[in-house]
Amino acid sequence: MNLDTIKSELQANVPGCRLEIVLNPSPSAQHSLLVDAEHGFAVARFLRDASDLRFDFCSNVTGVDWPSKEISAKVKVKKIVDGVESEVEEIQKSSTQGYLEVVYHLYSQDLKSGPLPLRMRTQDRDRGVHLPSLTPIWRSAEFQEREVFDLFGVIFDGHPDLRRILMWDAFQDHPMRKDYVDPDDFEYEPTAHDQVLQRAGQHLSQAGGR
Amino acid sequence: MDEKLKTELSKQGIFATSLQELYNWGRRSSLWPLNFGLACCAIEMIATTMARYDLARFGAEVFRPSPRQADLMIVAGTVTKKMAPQVVRLYNQMPEPKYVISMGACAISGGPFKQGYNVLKGIDRYIPVDVYIPGCPPRPEALIDAFIMLQKKIDQQQLTGEDRPRHLTAGQPSEFVVPRFGAHDLEPPQNPAVWHPPLVQIAKAGTDESRHD
Repeated sequence: MNLDTIKSELQANVPGCRLEIVLNPSPSAQHSLLVDAEHGFAVARFLRDASDLRFDFCSNVTGVDWPSKEISAKVKVKKIVDGVESEVEEIQKSSTQGYLEVVYHLYSQDLKSGPLPLRMRTQDRDRGVHLPSLTPIWRSAEFQEREVFDLFGVIFDGHPDLRRILMWDAFQDHPMRKDYVDPDDFEYEPTAHDQVLQRAGQHLSQAGGR
Repeated sequence: MDEKLKTELSKQGIFATSLQELYNWGRRSSLWPLNFGLACCAIEMIATTMARYDLARFGAEVFRPSPRQADLMIVAGTVTKKMAPQVVRLYNQMPEPKYVISMGACAISGGPFKQGYNVLKGIDRYIPVDVYIPGCPPRPEALIDAFIMLQKKIDQQQLTGEDRPRHLTAGQPSEFVVPRFGAHDLEPPQNPAVWHPPLVQIAKAGTDESRHD
């Protein structure tokens, strides 16, 4: 089924949901459906239960980290220079809000259709990392949502058992985030190169150099 | 005892030996490995024990399910940081004398996952290793080779004197620090009593000179 028809059907049946089609420019053209977090649960339930959609199988859940980006744009600004008003070009820097994204890959075993990539985005990367858990709808999402929680730090509201799954419980970081700093154990690097060489070199200079 | 005299005696049907030789022969001929595997290297380890390669020929067919009954630990596979404390604890629970074979690229250095955040960069950061086997995974022949190398090592151990093995020296530890799960990494990240980073001239890495260290 076409993504546009799914979108219009969802808009007719789930009141108030904000949907967006995220285009995939690659040859695969696997476009995905972006849902707002408030209506994510209702949209997912409709996708599973609607008789003509029947997305009964969630094969994959994964996360994406979109850190805040700095955008610099050239803007013409009127300024008074030496008493004369003139237009001066200035570079204005602004930064976009970073966010975390969760992607669900949905299939219909009954209708042999899919995949439908379903996306949800958090507000930001610090406090507003809450998203609705889709585990009550697709049981197969349970462990994978735990993995996304572990590695990206997305908190799934309504998840039955949200604990870390790969790293230990006392671990505090989220290793798959772009700004994660991994532990510094570069004391011995037999074939160091590039960034590894740099970090190993720092270690040796701290130890007094060899 | 004089080697020539010993061979002469054995030609006459008299077998002479020393306690040390008997002791070492007994130990090397029935090494009981601990029955555990961590990753794909364990599959090769299992293959080594089966009929085609038959590790039983060298006296190591009894894989013990309990560390209390084992005297050889074959660290076969990737040691993740989450698994490392358990591996060290198993080693601590083995009775002396005990030996460790570090099998495969991951167990000796972290291998392809060396720069990852979740893999220990070699089990030798926490426990002393007797034989290292490179390979990804090493073939069963390589494990057998390492095994024979370990047997030779045991054969040459002295019961007395300066160069007697660690477990015969009073005061040497037979238990090692079990790392704890920290907020960012294992604590401590390595045991300085066991692991000393090899000397590498990092400034000259990539050049021929780096090898002359």
